[in-house]
Amino acid sequence: MIILAIDTSTDAVSVAVNNSKQLLASAHVTSDRRHAELLAPMISSVCAQADISMREIDVMAVDIGPGLFTGMRVGIASAKTIAQVLDVPVVGVSSLDILARSVTTTQRVVLSTIDARRGELYWAMYRNDIGSSIEVKPPRVGSVSDCVVEIIDRGQEALIVGNGALRYRQQLSEMLETTGLSIEWASEQLAQPSAAVLALIAAELALVEQWQTATELQALYLRAPDAEINWATRVNS
Amino acid sequence: MTRELKIDSATVVLGIETSCDETAAALVMGGNDVLSSVVASQLDVHARFGGVVPEIASRAHLEAITPVIDQAVAKSGLSFERVDAVAATVGPGLVGALLVGVAAAKSLALTLDVPFVGVNHLEAHLYAAMLDDPNVEFPMLVLLVSGGNTMLVEVRKPGVYQIVGQTRDDAAGEAFDKVARFLDLGYPGGPVIDALAKTGDAKAIDFPRAMLNDGLDVSFSGLKTAVINYVRKNSNAKTKDIVASFQRAVVDVLVAKTMRAAENLGARTIALGGGVAANSLLRSETARACEQKDFHLVLPSLAMCTDNAAMIASAGWHRLQLTGESTLDAGVYPNLGLSVANL
Ligand SMILES: [Zn+2]
Repeated sequence: MIILAIDTSTDAVSVAVNNSKQLLASAHVTSDRRHAELLAPMISSVCAQADISMREIDVMAVDIGPGLFTGMRVGIASAKTIAQVLDVPVVGVSSLDILARSVTTTQRVVLSTIDARRGELYWAMYRNDIGSSIEVKPPRVGSVSDCVVEIIDRGQEALIVGNGALRYRQQLSEMLETTGLSIEWASEQLAQPSAAVLALIAAELALVEQWQTATELQALYLRAPDAEINWATRVNS
Repeated sequence: MTRELKIDSATVVLGIETSCDETAAALVMGGNDVLSSVVASQLDVHARFGGVVPEIASRAHLEAITPVIDQAVAKSGLSFERVDAVAATVGPGLVGALLVGVAAAKSLALTLDVPFVGVNHLEAHLYAAMLDDPNVEFPMLVLLVSGGNTMLVEVRKPGVYQIVGQTRDDAAGEAFDKVARFLDLGYPGGPVIDALAKTGDAKAIDFPRAMLNDGLDVSFSGLKTAVINYVRKNSNAKTKDIVASFQRAVVDVLVAKTMRAAENLGARTIALGGGVAANSLLRSETARACEQKDFHLVLPSLAMCTDNAAMIASAGWHRLQLTGESTLDAGVYPNLGLSVANL
């Protein structure tokens, strides 16, 4: 089973191909908001490197967010369309799940974070169980202090991963310092979700047919558009 | 990327349009044979905000893109395998909205192993005029009027254009929207005012016709202000008379400028394009003026005036012939002007 995985939910564009047993080829480029320019040529070159044609793809995999809205939409629109033309299913995985899966050796509770800007982050919590990660707190968006409250509530030693932690590391450290909780920080190299890890997760989900059609697949935004937030505020006041 | 591709009357182009608030896909053969044209409008989701909200538009495009492409292929009676090239709007428009269509179009081209071609939305509106009337005589003068644009374009032949007049401030469609919003008539303003004006007296109020006898440019911000001032001073004026008089002023200016431009340039073919070209008074008055001067008027169907993907596919077909395919690393251009058509 050939899986093409695409990740564009952060400042990086990441593409990988695996055959459900091993990685065949991958590429990861920091994009500086040039997702749309980089993605199609990268898909083309990663498939060439893996020595497969687009028609051989059996399953599409894509990071559905949360993350950069415009970035993630480029990846999701592409994955949907490739799946549509080839008439194959698509596996959608959240950026937070992908990050958690990249640190499965730790015994600590894992806090996956993605930078949501405006002083906020997206996060979710996981625990590891024989090589896979299990979600213990669902994804949400909030301020750095909201996030700290949740870590303290959990009351466990934590490993923090992702570009949200990178962006707000100082604030998080200062707030967590007084709690006495032991905090470990994942390597900066793991700050962005990787398509290679996504392809691995997708291979497992595809095995049990946990996939969707191109039409069904939806983005995971976690934050409403500003206009709707302002509208709700106006109507309620 | 170079490949031998014969662009002829059998070439099928799949077009995608997502520059503003319509998600559209179409299959067009040979540049003007529309096999299917599907448009999913987002009017409902933006109406309560009184205008298009970019982030909401982008989200709606992502939800609509797959079903819209599916329907366009199904209605054409062809399969994806029969598609020879894929065209998408790369500008001008809302950046996040454009990106959804361009990402889908590139993925289609990549998966089908056919060329991708980026299309200038404004150029596509010019081809829309020719879709219903492919054997027009050049030079042709096109009045392109929408919520975002108001321009007079001289088309010397496909691919060779010159803007000979344009708005100095608001687009015509913008003026309709602003007046409608001020009068609490809802959004979008064009269709509401068009319908209400039919019941009113267009001679009731003598609103200014700015720059009527001066060059080919137009200006609508003064007219908008005049309407607002009039309403504030005349609280018992009838809304239907106000909008009828306002619409009449807009149409008088547009028709006068179009006729002057045609005479200056020696163009005997005139076409309308853009959303405001759906306005019934503009259509009838332009027809009347053209008849007087014995000009040939190209009046696209309402579906071809407003944003659609058939015009994108058509423009893509012409672009492939004129300048060839675009590369897969092409970007989007939110502020693209008409003069840049080789993308
Ligand atoms: Zn348009």
